[in-house]
Amino acid sequence: MKLYQFNWRRFWAIVGKEFIQMRRDRLTFGMMVGIPLLQLVLFGYAINSDPKHLPTAVYSADNSVFSRTVVWGLRNSSYFDVIREPRNEADIQKMLAQGTVQFAVDIPVDFSRKLLRGEQPDLLLEADATDPSAVGYAIAAVNQLSTTVLNRDLIGPLAGLQGAPPPFNLVVHQHYNPENNTQYNIVPGLMGVMLTMTMIIITALAITRERERGTMENLLSTPARPGEVMIGKIVPYITVGYIQIFLILLAARYLFSVPIVGSVSLLVVLAFLFIVANLAVGITFSTIAKNQLQAVQMAFFFFLPSLLLSGYMFPFRGMPVWAQDIGEILPLTHFLRVVRGILLKGNGLVDVSPDLWPIALFLVVMLSIGIKRYRQTLD
Amino acid sequence: MVMSTSDLVIDVQGITKRFGGRTVVNNIPMQVRRGEIYGFLGPNGSGKTTFLRMLCGLLTPDAGSGRCLGYDIRRESGEIKKNVGYMTQRFSFYEDLTIEENLDFVAQIYGVPQRKTAVDKSLERLGLTARRRQLAGTLSGGWKQRLALAACLIHEPRLLLLDEPTAGVDPKARRDFWEEIHQLAAAGLTVLITTHYMDEAERCHRLAYIAYGNLLARGSVEEVVQAAGLTTWEVTGPDLPALAEKIRGQPGVEQVVAFGMTLHISGRDAGKLRESLNPWMTDAYQWQPIESGLEHVFISLMETARDNFS
Repeated sequence: MKLYQFNWRRFWAIVGKEFIQMRRDRLTFGMMVGIPLLQLVLFGYAINSDPKHLPTAVYSADNSVFSRTVVWGLRNSSYFDVIREPRNEADIQKMLAQGTVQFAVDIPVDFSRKLLRGEQPDLLLEADATDPSAVGYAIAAVNQLSTTVLNRDLIGPLAGLQGAPPPFNLVVHQHYNPENNTQYNIVPGLMGVMLTMTMIIITALAITRERERGTMENLLSTPARPGEVMIGKIVPYITVGYIQIFLILLAARYLFSVPIVGSVSLLVVLAFLFIVANLAVGITFSTIAKNQLQAVQMAFFFFLPSLLLSGYMFPFRGMPVWAQDIGEILPLTHFLRVVRGILLKGNGLVDVSPDLWPIALFLVVMLSIGIKRYRQTLD
Repeated sequence: MVMSTSDLVIDVQGITKRFGGRTVVNNIPMQVRRGEIYGFLGPNGSGKTTFLRMLCGLLTPDAGSGRCLGYDIRRESGEIKKNVGYMTQRFSFYEDLTIEENLDFVAQIYGVPQRKTAVDKSLERLGLTARRRQLAGTLSGGWKQRLALAACLIHEPRLLLLDEPTAGVDPKARRDFWEEIHQLAAAGLTVLITTHYMDEAERCHRLAYIAYGNLLARGSVEEVVQAAGLTTWEVTGPDLPALAEKIRGQPGVEQVVAFGMTLHISGRDAGKLRESLNPWMTDAYQWQPIESGLEHVFISLMETARDNFS
């Protein structure tokens, strides 16, 4: 067997050809740049896991300084926008059922009287909790409100009614994203999601298309070696991957003002590992898929669990153990930690290394399956 | 006939390929001389394409050995690929690349010296210089075939492997194509071509016929026809379809084929055939023995092969 010799001339010929084809296929090329932009806008601007200004109905049967202060306090928390003032309990139920309001506050008739007597009156907050995440923060805000909002009014002889100070002070430091800004979490994560999607679909398509059209047979009857063909075909898409990374970094910095604490160059270097891991998946899929349609279907088959189980959309630690185990296999899970770690926490190479080797392991396994299958398809 | 080995561009023995448990190519030898146009015939799925793929190193034979262009087909497929032009059955260049880009790409892959000139020359020879920036996908079938041939020739190969190059091409384009093949062969290029068309088979210097992976006949057209030992009678007269019905199935009658206003009746056992036809050799019909054609021979071979191998 002659020693395998990688020929750069043939390699560049294939890279050049691939770029021409990429340029000709306007739709796919547009998709590769358009999808990142679309996702940026949708995920970046549209998704907010800490919703504020939720429509609220207030039914106050007690017209007093205290009830007004409570309503004012709700408004001021920025979670509640009082948009309705129903006249009775039935109205409240209707509004909640129809979705006109997310919350209804019911202040009973004898609220102020009981308050003044020190009887701790009830204040009913009804919530449309069909989507738990939509009401969670708001309810937490009300809890805090209840202990302090009336302090301003309970002065002089009423001072005794003020809430007792808690036995200890709880000091909370929310690191890395103190304002709970969803975009800070979503936008860097988007980098991983987008690379997963485009890298797998595009490589699987590019190779399957070549086989489907019969051009692969022709290519392999030339002196071009399988390795040259394969690498020559994926290098252009690595470039595309980096274009996507820079698009997102730019958007993160200038559109969403995500604080970039860590080293961008470290991220750019480590992204290579992740890109290649996804390309390996694409190559493997292309060896299984009989046509381009199947290739796309398989790409989605991989993309969906990646999206759902990686911790991109839902908190990773909130998932049951089996789901976490699946998530740990997926490279996106680890890359998300790497990206968020570097950008938001300023992690260095040592800090992110626990998430690098699982990606590397995945890459090695995928690549060996891909290469093994790729060889079989030739013979 | 004595041939020196250096004259043989293809010299292989016992080539065998199995897919799963099925033997697709079974123990096939082939000797092709320099400058020869060698026709490779056989029904669909007979293993022709697989054989070509093994010759140019796309597939590794399970058994057999030999040399192609003087290189070992097992160990030196890299060298073989550099000197072979392989034209696949389907148009397999890039439809989303222009004519020029396709040629340039192939030239680059083969490392053709002075690429620009080579591509220009090829375009000129094709007569496509004016349409060089046209996408290959917009070409008609005949033009695609010419482009594919030009692309196969750009690195000046010593052996051309053509897999059913004229399928779906109109007669005029086919004739031009064969004209070019003969010119190339005259200049010393060796051509191995697979085809279904009998007229094309007759344009080859020599032939091999395979069916179900087995080599059934080889040699020049005359040799193949002679080796088949087929006797053919031509008959004209009234109501030939009825006659055909009666004759078919008689002992010694292997083929009854209508050719325009005549029937051709063939069989390998001349005596038995004559005996079976005797009852109809009356004044109503005009009988005459004719030379068996390639088509008679191939159909006869194919039917024998079906009995023996399938």
